[in-house]
Formats: sequence, structure tokens, C-alpha cells
Amino acid sequence: MIRIEPRDTPSRAFALGVPLLSALVALGFAAIPLLAAGANPIAAYGAMFKGVFGSVFAFTEMLTRATPLIFTGLAAALAFRAKLWNIGGEGQLYLGAMAAVAIGAGALDIPGIFLVPLIVVMGAAAGAVGMAAPTYLRVKFGADEVVTTLLLNFIILILVQMMLEGPLQDPMGLGWPQSAPILDQGMLPKLMDRMRLHSGFILALILAIVAQFMLIRSVWGFKLRAVGENVAAARHAGINVNRSFFGVAAISGALAGLAGVSEVAGLKGYLTADLSPGFGYTGIVVAMLAGLSPIGVVLAALFIASVFVGADGMSRAMGVSSFLADLVVSVSLLCVLVGGFFAKFRVVLAGKGEVAQ
Amino acid sequence: MTPYPVLQLRGLSKRFGPVVANDDVSLTLHKGEVLALLGENGAGKTTLMNMLFGHYLPDAGTVEVADAAGALQPLPLGHPQAALAAGVGMVHQHFALAENISALDNITLGAEPLWSLRRNRAAAKAKVEGIIQRSGLSAPLDVPVGRLSVGERQRVEILKALYRDARILVLDEPTAVLTPQEADTLFANIKAMTKSGLSVIFISHKLREVLAFSDRIAVLRHGRKVGEMPTSEANEAKIARMMVGADTPLVEREPLAPGAPVLNLSGMSVVGRSKRETLNAVNLSVHAQEIVGIAGISGNGQHALAQVISGLKAPDMGTVAIDQAAIAHPTPARMVKAGVGRIPEDRHHEGIVGAMSVAENLVLERLTEPDVSTGGLLRREDIAANATKLAKAYDVRGPGTEAQARLLSGGNIQKLILARVFERNPRLILANQPTRGLDLGAAAEVGRRLLDARARGAGVVLISEDLDEILGLSDRVLVIRDGQLIEAPTRDRATIGLMMAGETV
Repeated sequence: MIRIEPRDTPSRAFALGVPLLSALVALGFAAIPLLAAGANPIAAYGAMFKGVFGSVFAFTEMLTRATPLIFTGLAAALAFRAKLWNIGGEGQLYLGAMAAVAIGAGALDIPGIFLVPLIVVMGAAAGAVGMAAPTYLRVKFGADEVVTTLLLNFIILILVQMMLEGPLQDPMGLGWPQSAPILDQGMLPKLMDRMRLHSGFILALILAIVAQFMLIRSVWGFKLRAVGENVAAARHAGINVNRSFFGVAAISGALAGLAGVSEVAGLKGYLTADLSPGFGYTGIVVAMLAGLSPIGVVLAALFIASVFVGADGMSRAMGVSSFLADLVVSVSLLCVLVGGFFAKFRVVLAGKGEVAQ
Repeated sequence: MTPYPVLQLRGLSKRFGPVVANDDVSLTLHKGEVLALLGENGAGKTTLMNMLFGHYLPDAGTVEVADAAGALQPLPLGHPQAALAAGVGMVHQHFALAENISALDNITLGAEPLWSLRRNRAAAKAKVEGIIQRSGLSAPLDVPVGRLSVGERQRVEILKALYRDARILVLDEPTAVLTPQEADTLFANIKAMTKSGLSVIFISHKLREVLAFSDRIAVLRHGRKVGEMPTSEANEAKIARMMVGADTPLVEREPLAPGAPVLNLSGMSVVGRSKRETLNAVNLSVHAQEIVGIAGISGNGQHALAQVISGLKAPDMGTVAIDQAAIAHPTPARMVKAGVGRIPEDRHHEGIVGAMSVAENLVLERLTEPDVSTGGLLRREDIAANATKLAKAYDVRGPGTEAQARLLSGGNIQKLILARVFERNPRLILANQPTRGLDLGAAAEVGRRLLDARARGAGVVLISEDLDEILGLSDRVLVIRDGQLIEAPTRDRATIGLMMAGETV
């Protein structure tokens, strides 16, 4: 007989080991469809590895891909710490991107030293505004923010499409639904010549470190954790729970908005309705893989970006579909969830542990 | 007829991981006997009964139950139906009744065949009425249980067991929700039933009622049976010593002259959705160096009163003043700032953030004070030093001050909360059920700390369902009933009990 018992203390080794092990197990599972597709898994993973670490270009591509995931991952991780379930990262990303082109694509022709910070700040603010209504409805009426933030994603996407065929449409764009390009001086500076990696990545790293520090060391983070872990005790102790919710909602929305800024002003230069291949949703996976730790978000984002970029390389080299990347990401999330269970509980085989002393 | 054994537990043992819940416990219950099973929280009483009822599978040991002819038969273990079939019934502390159907339906529910097309309601009713006649346990049978009083509901639970032909009845903390008079009636009924052959085990930690109503006493401590004696040979000190394993420190209240008022509630009303959330024009003043006990059956407005004093609920009418300064819009933070220390009723739910460390929980209410944070950043060394100091001063034991607070035992969680509250030298202390679920040692510690705070000049509002505790600690006693507070004219248990039941005295 098998029994499941809670552990006295969640195992620390598990907390650190589970994400790593999950990643490996996920790669192991992904070997099955690779075999079915007639590819040699070892060669395929070799090609995948080369697709990320084989050249400086490949590596910077991976970092470029990780950048929006760090932003959206941080957005999810911080909100989830307070048990505020912001599923609206995708919508907030587009709000940030819209703000960036609204300001940066010719509306203001000012020097870059002013324009870049303005784009960043306004993009973040736009993302934060995206969380205002869901948080208000949650605090005031108890409306489930999972539903409201999720549905807002679709509303915002339609708004983006409307704007791209209306006020934000590029007059020189031959009628395509895309915005005018951001002025050259408004673009986030590139980090290396002839590479796409831009300074948004540095901003993401800095914000992850700041978030980690604030969460653990500041009064703000203390209140956030208390509200997330036991809202009744936090309220009883005199913590202003609603203020904590609004604060973390604004910061979460702002971080997701920065993902949009960084994609538009760092990479693409202009806004289209397919700017994000679901970075907002993948950010939730990143946050869960990271165990909601801001520093962990960076590592998880690098892993997932490696899988995606590597899978592209593998797909070119081996002729298998790059959809495999989605499979690896999904399976690793499942493994983390299962692993989280084993960090809290242990399985005991009956007979063992019942020996008389 | 000499009394013969009807239930025999032999060498029952049960471990949960590293915790030994029961270690080689043997008990014998005779026909027509009332056996009191005593022990502190966590002594293993409930585990023992759960093994008898098949909810847990013992690691070792056997259970035998007498059949109708009086011969002991082994009971198959681990099968909840087996104990019922053998004539053992249990009344849990928390009733398992469906509130929307009548008492009679509750009693017969599950005891009739599932697929029969016709219910023989008349026969069932006749049988229940017969039982009522023999036992004296009266309850209205045709009224939905939701409209019955707690005492009536408990009688319905007992009738439910008797309807299933229980020859052995196990009562878990039967008086926890009753007024003293209701408790007396219950025990008189039980006595009457034992005359007709029923055998009863009753689980309790109230020494007074155990001495008054049982025939024999068995005491459990740390999962072992540490003593067994006829009640005639027992006295309070002797049993208490057995339960705790040492002499309990006596809590003595020295007379003190009350000082200036620290809490004034005047004409305060709270409109709530239920009786427990409602207060009607309550007036209350508590002075420095005074403990005011609020007695009452749970659900009569204690919750609303505690919420207002905690700052969680603003009164709909009337005023709240601390130290004679009115608090316009009470919030928990404002109450803390005004000098109110709060010991919440549900210490796990409202008292601590279980996933945060003991050290963090100790500063939960004063995050912005200069020794906890500067410039919005936590002073971690100071927080840790504060925790080390308080854990020592208040004897908070556990895996350490950096460990999660949820890993502490109930008593140690309460000590953590006491440390947090008393360290600030509050002007007023709200102690809401401060010893519920604590063992005698920890409960005595709570009482001592409350008296210390009173001696240092604090006023205390003590809300408790345990009348003995209130009488032991309070300078004045008020009774809460239907959202109203009435000053008790005497300290007489019977008078206060009548007031709790809503009778005018």
C-alpha cells in the first residue's frame, strides 16, 4: 500500500531541484515524438543546443527572445505572490506597445535622451492602467480577476486592431494594419553591432533584481507576502490589504506593459496586431517554473527562450516541426506542478516507517 | 447482576509519522457505566475514538464489543460500518445534521433501506417517541433542525444514535456548546439511560463535570493511559496533575482598584447578517487594571463585539473610544496605534501568517516602527534579535525563529501572539477565546499573562465560552445574549447560566 504524507518542512532541495529536474524530464518526454518523427533524439538535441549556444548570434537571439518573457514573467510572479491572479499580461503588453508607438512614432520629435525614458515610462503606465479596472472590480465587488483580466486581453487586442486601421495606422504603410515606425532616436539602444539584442534585456535584468530585493527586504514586499499567504491575518494585523492589491496590480501591469515597449521600441520598431506570440501567457508559465521568485523568473525565461530558439534551429537542421518547443515547455510546466506536490508531500510505502522502536 | 464489560480496547497503538498518537492504550467499559475519558488537547482521545469507529486503522491492538447476549466479539478494524453495526454510536462535538429537514428525518436518515418505495414514517416516529419516553431526551421532531436550539440539536444527535440501537454511546466534548443548565439536564438524562443498560464514554477536559457525573475516569497523556480510577476516589487536583504530568500553577487574582476608563462603547450597534454578527445598542466601559469577562453561548454577538474592538468592523451606530479619545473610523491599524492589543479567536486564521517566519509574525503589527524598518526597508538583524528576545521571554518553542510559524503547536502559536501583543504594553487587551484548544499548562500561562498586563495597568476584555475561566480571571462579568450586553448581578454560576440562556433574573 502506498500512502501520501505531508512533509514537516517543504524540502529545500526539492524547491531548487524540481525546476531543473522538470526541464530534464520534459526534454526526455519530448524525445518520444522526435523518435516518432524519425529523428535521432540525441542528434536533434545536439542541433537544438547548437541553435542556442552554437554562435554569438544564436545566443543573443535567445537573450532577445527571453527579454519579453522576463518582463511578463515578473508581472505574473509578483501579482501571484499576492494571490492576485493577473492573467492579463498579454493585453497589458499591447497597451504598453500602443503607448510606445503613440508617443514614439513621430508625435514628439525630441532628442532620444528624453524620448526613450518617456516611451518606457508611458508604456509602463499604460500597462498599469490595464490592471486598474479588474483590481477595482475585485476589491469592490469581489469579481474574479482571472476572468476579468483574461477577457480584457481579447478586448485590448481588438482595440489594437482598431487603432492600427485608424488613428495609429502608418500613413505611408500602403493600407497595411500597422503603425508608423518609432523614430530612430526613440528606439532602445542596441547592445551589440549587427545583433538584435537591445537594452531592454538589461532593463529586464535590473528590474528582476529590484523586484527580488523589494519582495524580500522591503516593507512593501513584506506586506505583499503577508496578504498573499493569509489575507485575514494581514487585515487583522492592520495591513491595508486593498492598497497592497492596487500597488502590486499597478506594478504587475507596468511590467507587462514594458514587455510591449521592449518588443516595439527594442526590436520591431512598429506595432502590428501580431507583435506577441503569446508572451503574456508564456509569462505565466515562466513565473510558475520560477516558483514565483523574481530571480528564478530570469532563469526560467532563459530556459524557455532556449527551448524556443533551439527548436527553431533543430527544426531547420533535422526537418522536424518546431512545435516540439511548445511540447517541451508544456511538459516542463506539468513536471514543475507535479514536483511541487512532491516538495510538500512524500510518498511512503506501507510497512516502512512503522517499525517498532 | 454484576456489571460485565461491553467494550474492551486492548493495546491500541497508532503513529502518524514521527508522532505517537496512541501507545498501547487499553480501556474497559462496563455495562451501565459512565466512563470519562480525560486528557489535554493532543493527548490522543480523538485518535483513540477514531480507531474504535474505524476511521483509522490501528498499528497494533484489538477492539472487542459485547453482542446483544453480552459476549465479547472482536470488532473488525478499519470499517466505519462495523462499530455502528455492533451497537456503538458517537455524537461528535460538531453536529452532523441536515438543517433543512425535520429532526425525525435526520434521525431516520440512512437507517432505512435506500431503495424502498414507501417509508414507514409512522413506525419510525413511534420508535423515536418510545426512545424519548425512556431516555427523557425531548426534542421537537417535526420542526426543521435549523430552527432548533443547540441543546435540542445535541439531543437529536443522541436520539439518532439510540435509534440505531446503540448500546454504547461516545460523546465528544458534549457540553462545549451548552449552558450550565443544559449540561446538567444532559447528564441527568444520561444517568437515566445508563439505568436501562446504556454504557457511555464521554470525552472532556472540564474537570468539574467529570467529577460530578462519571463513574470512572481514565486519563490520557501524550498518547498513553496514565491513570484510571473510580470517580469516588478522584479529586480535581489529582486529575489535573495526571493530565498535565505536574502540578498546574494556580492562577490567583489579587484585588486591584480599577483606574480610568480605557474602553468606552456607547450605544453601539452593528447590523449583521446573522445573530453572531449583530449588536444592539451595547454600552461597555473597561477600566485600567480591570478584566471584564464576557460570558455567553457562542453566536450571540461575541463575533461582532470582537470585530469592532479589533477594528475590523466599524459600528453602524454609536461610538468607540479608547483612553477617552473617540475613534472615528476604526481600522485595525488605528486600533493598534491607539494601544489595543488583540488576541484573535481563530489564531491560525487571523493570528499568524503561517507561511512566514516566527520572526516576521512577531513584527506583523508594527512594520513601520523605527526598529523594524527604516526608509521602507526591513531591518533584518533587528527583527531577528527581537524574535530571539521574545521567543525566550514568552517561551515560544519550535524549530526556531526563522522557521515558518505554521510549524508551531497551537500553544506556541498562542505564545507568539501573546508576545506580539503584550510586548507593546497595550492600554486595552481584547482576548477572544484565548485558551480555546490549549492544554492546561498553556491556558494557565495565558491567564497569568492577562493578570500581569492588568497589574501593569491594562484593561482587558475577555470573551470566553468557558464560564470557569471567566469567573477565575474577571473582575466584572457581563453576559452577552442576542447582541445585548447585560451586567451579571452576581458571580453565581447558576444565575449567570440562566442569563446566558436568555432568562431574566
